[in-house]
This record gives sequence, structure tokens and C-alpha cells, in this order.
Amino acid sequence: MSVGFHELAEAPPRAMSSRLEGELLEVSLGPQHPSTHGVFRMNVALDGEIVRKLKPVFGYLHRNHEQIGENTSYLGSMPYTDRLDYFCSMTNNWAYALSVEKLAGIEVPERAEYLRVILAELTRLQNHTSLLGFLLSDMGAWGTPLMYAFREREKILDLFESLSGSRMMCDYMRFGGCRVDAGADWMERAEKVADGFPRFLDEFEKLITSNEILLARTQEVGRISAELAVNAGLTGPILRACGVNYDLRKVDGYGIYPRFKFRVPLGDHGDCYDRLMMRALEMRESLGILQQAFAQIPAGPVMNPKVKIRAFKPPAGEAYGRIEGPKGELGFYLISDGSANPYRYRVRPPSFINLTVLEDMCLGHTVADVMVILGSIDIVMGEVDR
Amino acid sequence: MNEGLLSELKKQGIFVTSLQELYNWGRLNSIWPLQFGLACCAIEMIATAASRYDLARFGGEVFRPSPRQADLIIVAGTVTKKMAPQVVRLYNQMPDPKYVIAMGACAISGGPFKQGYNVLKGIDRYIPVDVYIPGCPPRPEALLHAFMELQRKIEEQRLTGAGKADHLEASLPSEFPVPAFGEHDLQPPANPALFRPPAVERN
Amino acid sequence: MESLERIKARAEEAVPGATIKIIPNASPANQPSLLIDSDHTLAVVQFLRNDAALRLDFCSNVTGVDWLDRTVTTKVKVKTLIDGEEKEIEQPQVENFPGYLETVYHLYSIALKHGPVVIRLRTADRADGVHLPSLTPVYRSAEFQEREIFDLYGIRFHGHPDLRRILMWDEFVDHPMRKDYREPDDYEYEPTPHDEVLERAKEHYAARPQLDGAENLAADEHG
Ligand code: SF4
Repeated sequence: MSVGFHELAEAPPRAMSSRLEGELLEVSLGPQHPSTHGVFRMNVALDGEIVRKLKPVFGYLHRNHEQIGENTSYLGSMPYTDRLDYFCSMTNNWAYALSVEKLAGIEVPERAEYLRVILAELTRLQNHTSLLGFLLSDMGAWGTPLMYAFREREKILDLFESLSGSRMMCDYMRFGGCRVDAGADWMERAEKVADGFPRFLDEFEKLITSNEILLARTQEVGRISAELAVNAGLTGPILRACGVNYDLRKVDGYGIYPRFKFRVPLGDHGDCYDRLMMRALEMRESLGILQQAFAQIPAGPVMNPKVKIRAFKPPAGEAYGRIEGPKGELGFYLISDGSANPYRYRVRPPSFINLTVLEDMCLGHTVADVMVILGSIDIVMGEVDR
Repeated sequence: MNEGLLSELKKQGIFVTSLQELYNWGRLNSIWPLQFGLACCAIEMIATAASRYDLARFGGEVFRPSPRQADLIIVAGTVTKKMAPQVVRLYNQMPDPKYVIAMGACAISGGPFKQGYNVLKGIDRYIPVDVYIPGCPPRPEALLHAFMELQRKIEEQRLTGAGKADHLEASLPSEFPVPAFGEHDLQPPANPALFRPPAVERN
Repeated sequence: MESLERIKARAEEAVPGATIKIIPNASPANQPSLLIDSDHTLAVVQFLRNDAALRLDFCSNVTGVDWLDRTVTTKVKVKTLIDGEEKEIEQPQVENFPGYLETVYHLYSIALKHGPVVIRLRTADRADGVHLPSLTPVYRSAEFQEREIFDLYGIRFHGHPDLRRILMWDEFVDHPMRKDYREPDDYEYEPTPHDEVLERAKEHYAARPQLDGAENLAADEHG
């Protein structure tokens, strides 16, 4: 027997229905789940389809990055940082290089600073594109948007590969500069990729911004207030989706970011839709930064010749350096005892700390929404568990 | 069957094959992998399935979210000790015949994270592996190569006789014991029936 | 932002009884920190967060550090009488510094856009006295990070709402990020081991099979 639409509409509200009073149903989502973006697990207590409790379970990709970092030289940790957030190896490199530069007081040549900005913004582009693709497939647009996203991502990966030799694990930056210089032809190709990107963005935005399903699935879902967001240490696009103006590129002005003109997009609802749009808008700003950087980049060395990156021994002390990664504040805290290995090597992983309020976001929503909320936070397990 | 006769028949428009060939041909062109990613290598696995590399050309694009519907598990990424029991369980839940590709240095031996206290030093300690692809991460082309290597292996499997395929041998196990969480390490640290590391001989 | 000395003075004024020490940082980064005693931590941190000039509303990073017991041998010159003559000789002097565990918090202000103010808390020792107050009631962002420190370093945070292991499994008993942790001996050794790894690798080398000299005879026969 089928149920007509009018019957559904007239069904009594949940609280009044004569359903049996039972216990909550506990379900374990993950660690093997198509939409948990890796080996993430959540234990949820469900009332029908509504989430009443949610406890994330971590550690399925705990690869002991920090301990290995303490047993390796400063240079030796650089390739490991690639594998933290494996979508954004370039920004990970930069955050680590920046911290070591702080620790030892190293200057970076001008051209290297420009290269870093270009690569970091390209990384942001490809991270946000893939995120949107994944998010849409979590919402049921299985395959197609992801294919488009990966098509664009491949173009940027090609640039990374021809510059550093590897598509994903670039290991490109060094404390005191960058490993190799980018030739004129590389710049030309990079400019071309950046020039072609807005066309894809227009197309993609048309696909998402007015799509009714998407609006219904994301608006008012997973809301979070600005106070809680700040208190829980959220950073990156998620924080700005709540309307908090905090972008480290502006606040810390690390590298040469103060030289560029760009705006910081802000949301005001703090829901999934705002988080999603935040990424789309940020990509436009990144493209603006890229254009300025391509126009301004000077010639010169890319490596500070005074730095001995092998047998590198910074003076005893400690430093915390941080950058605005595509996922939020990525920081490295290093304690040096004057020897060749750091005494303490700590990563401040944005995706891990952004998960603090996952439960608050999900309560009262359905299981299907949990996947959308998780997707909108943008986590990568390599960084969550390290 | 005689090659000459076969080609003669083909000229007449008659196509003759054996059941074994037909069966393997069907299987090798419709391998359904489990949609299962562990770490960085999984992203390359997705890239392989995505637009540029297009795993569909080899009949492997049907990623199944459930192990019960999958023929192949691509262990793509670092297997931690916390995750290892789950991987074995997933393998056990797959129906026979099932195949395993160990993708990347981590799945093979622990890779760059070998010294980690929570890293399993190779998934072959608990489940049998058919194809290993080195790399960190292996490029999508390498995964395609592994895929073709697996197809070759399937093509050569025999249905009857002495050298018949393992999954047809009722005496061979198709499930393996799931390790338990111990106080310091997994219990046991490796499946002794499966994993026999060579002893290093030195003076 | 005001200087660390001023912050220290004002915090000590606002929280009577609190002892705060400035830990200098010699590196070019120049990020000195405040060592706060465990009894008044919460009050001091609340002051740091609510004070109108500081407003450190964002706790960015929480780190655990393990400092092992150290013995430092220094040579000191002492004057002694030798054969009725006063002479100066060098004598080694051994000093013991007991180890401790430490947590480091990096606080920033999102409202006023300044920072960092680094604060540290230290445990009494590395064995039984590993208790510290949790800052989770003030900063939610410390929740998972403190759980991680509990898991990997074994510091027990009182006042934490949900102190469980987070990265390792529940049955695990060790605290693997401590400097004296030894991981299970479960891997084959590299082809070219050295130092520590070589020592451990040696235990895994199989003995050469005993030779009975027959192969020498065979070699002789064939010239
Ligand atoms: S082999 Fe390399 S790329 Fe693959 S999971 Fe391991 S670290 Fe990541």
C-alpha cells in the first residue's frame, strides 16, 4: 500500500505520535564508511533517524608523526610534513619551514617568498575544489561533481609535479627558501592554469549555489555560534563562516602577504551552506592573489645561501609558527635543545581541533546530515590522527 | 584445443572457447573494488578512478561501499595497529574469490612510518596479498599496472585439476583470524601461518 | 600587547596567592612563557581570558613535553689544604634535576588580534605526581588535545569532562610519547642499521650454520 502526499502531510508531529518508547539505538559509523573521508569513526546514539549523541573515535591513522619527528633531523621531518594533510603538502611544508625559520632566525629571499605564496594559493585552490567535489558526493551527487573537481585538481598537480617531482608529496620548501627555482615556462603554465580557473568556478558555482537539493541539505544544518566557535578553537573557513574575521594571512601577515590586496569572505549563519560558500569565495580571492604574485615576482635566488640545511643545529629554545592553511591554522611548535633533532616536535592540526564541536553541530539532525556536516568541516585523517 | 582448428572455425564465424576462459574473461573485466581508503595512497586511488586515469577502462570503476559485494580490496595507505583488526575483518567479510592489492610502501612494510609504535609493518602479516605496488604514493599509472597484473593472474587461474585456484580448494582457508588489542601490541603481532619473515644472516 | 612582565604583575595582583614565573626563551623566536602554579591555574587563565586589555579568548595549541631526570656534572674549583699548602683543585660536582612533565598552551586573542601568550604547567614528577588542572572548562579547544596528552604522556587532568584514551586503543597501557618508552620489537631491521638500531637488529640475526669443513675439502679436490 502506498502513502499519498496528503497523508504524509497530515501525520501527527513526532512527539504526539503513538510510537513505542524505546531506547536509543547505538550505531558505529566508520572506520570503514564511504563518506567519512578516511578512517574516521563516530559512535552515534539515534532516536529514529535523529542524532541524540555523537562521540568521535580517533586514532585509526595515528602514525606517530610527532615521535618520528623527534627522532629525525630537522630536514628529515620535511617529507613527513607532506603526509600530514596529504591534499596540501605545500602549505604543510611552509608551516614547518616557517617555524624552523623562527626558531633559528633565518631570512628567506624575496623570490622564494613569492614562490611560496603562489604554491600555497594553488594548494588552496585544489584543496577547496576537491572538498566541494567530495561534499557533493556525500550529498548524493555521486561521481559527477567529483570528476569535474578532480579534472581541475590534476592541472594543478601537474604544476606541482613539474616543479617538485611529485604530484602529491612535494617536499618542496626548505627552511631558508625553496628547493629549486621555477623557470619562466613554469610560470607561464601556472598563469594559464590560473586564468582558466574562473571558468570552471563559474560553472561549478552555477551548479551548486542555486541547486535546490543542495540548499535544502545545507542551509540551517550544523549551525554553530561565533562564541562557541572561538572557544572551541575553530580556525579557517569554518570560523569565518560564523562571521569571525580571523585570517592569519591578515592577522600575522607572515611571509609577504601584507603586500597583496585581497578580501576575507565572511559568513553569518555558521551553517553548512555558509561553510561551503566560504570555500567558493576564498578561491576567487586566491585567484586574485595569484595574479598579483605573477605580476610582481622578482628574479633572484630562491635559497638563503647562509643556511646549512644538512647538519642543521638551531640554538636551544622554542618557537611556535603558524600559517593559514586551507583547513585552518596549521602550526608547528618546536623545542630545540641545541642538537640535530628537535627535542619536541608538535603539530597543531586544524582538522583535529575543528572536530571538537562536531557533536554540537550534529545534535538534532538526521544521520544523513552528519555526513554533510562532516564534509563541510573538511578533515583529512592524516592530519587528524597524525 | 588445436590452434589451427580454432582459427579455421573462426573464419567460418564460429567462436569456440572453454568454460574456464569464458569464466575468467568475465571475472577479470569486472573486478569490483571495495571503496576503502586508509591514507594518502587512497587519494591516488580516487585519482585513478577519476577523470584523467579512468579505471573504468579496465572494468574496475564499480567501487562498492560494502565488502560483501566486493572482489578486491585495495589496501591503500598506512595500516595502523588500531586499524589492522578492522582490515582483516573487512577481508573476511568479502565473498570468495577475493584479491588484495597492497598499495604503497606503508601497506607493504610500514613505509616511511615503519618506526612508529602504532604502525603495522605490512598488511601481509595478517592477510595474503596478491599484488604489491611500491611507491609513496604509487602514481595512478602504477595502480593501473597493478590492476592489469591482477587481471593477468585471474586469467591464469584454473578451475579444475591439480593447480586449481585457491578459492576453489575447500581445504584452504578463506578467512583469517582477527588480531586482538593487547596491552603493548597486537596479539599476535603477526599470523604465523601466513607470515614467515626471512631471518637476517650476518656475521 | 603589553609586556610579559606587566601581564605577570597584573595577574598576580588579580589572583592573590598565585605564583607566576617567566621562563625566558633564548632562541631568535623570542617567545618567553609564563609558568603558572597548578593551584591557581584556572583563576589566572580566567583572568587572562576576561581581562579587557588581554582578552585571550583563543587557545590555539596544547602540547605535552616530557623532561627526563637529568644529572649535570660541572667542575667547580675548591680550595683545599694539601700537605699544609693551600691549593686550588677542580672537583666534579653532580647535580640532579628531577624530571617532570609539562603542558604548554599557546593563547591568542581573536578579539584584539594579538598573541601569543605562552603558558606552561609542570607536574611534580614523572611517576605518581602527574596531575594537572585541565583548561577545558575555560577553553573547549583543549578538550581533545588534553585527551591526547593524557593518552601519549599520561598526565591526568582533573576537571576534564571526558578523560579517556583518544589515539591508542583502550587496552593499551603505555604512554608512548614519553622519552623512555620502548616500542614493541616487531619489525625487520634495515639493511644498513647503525647505532641503536644496530644493537637491536643484532638480536635478530640468525647464527651462521655450523660448518664442518667439508666444503673446504670439496674446493681442494677441484683445485
Ligand atoms: S606509502 Fe606514502 S603515500 Fe602511501 S600511505 Fe604511506 S606515507 Fe602515504
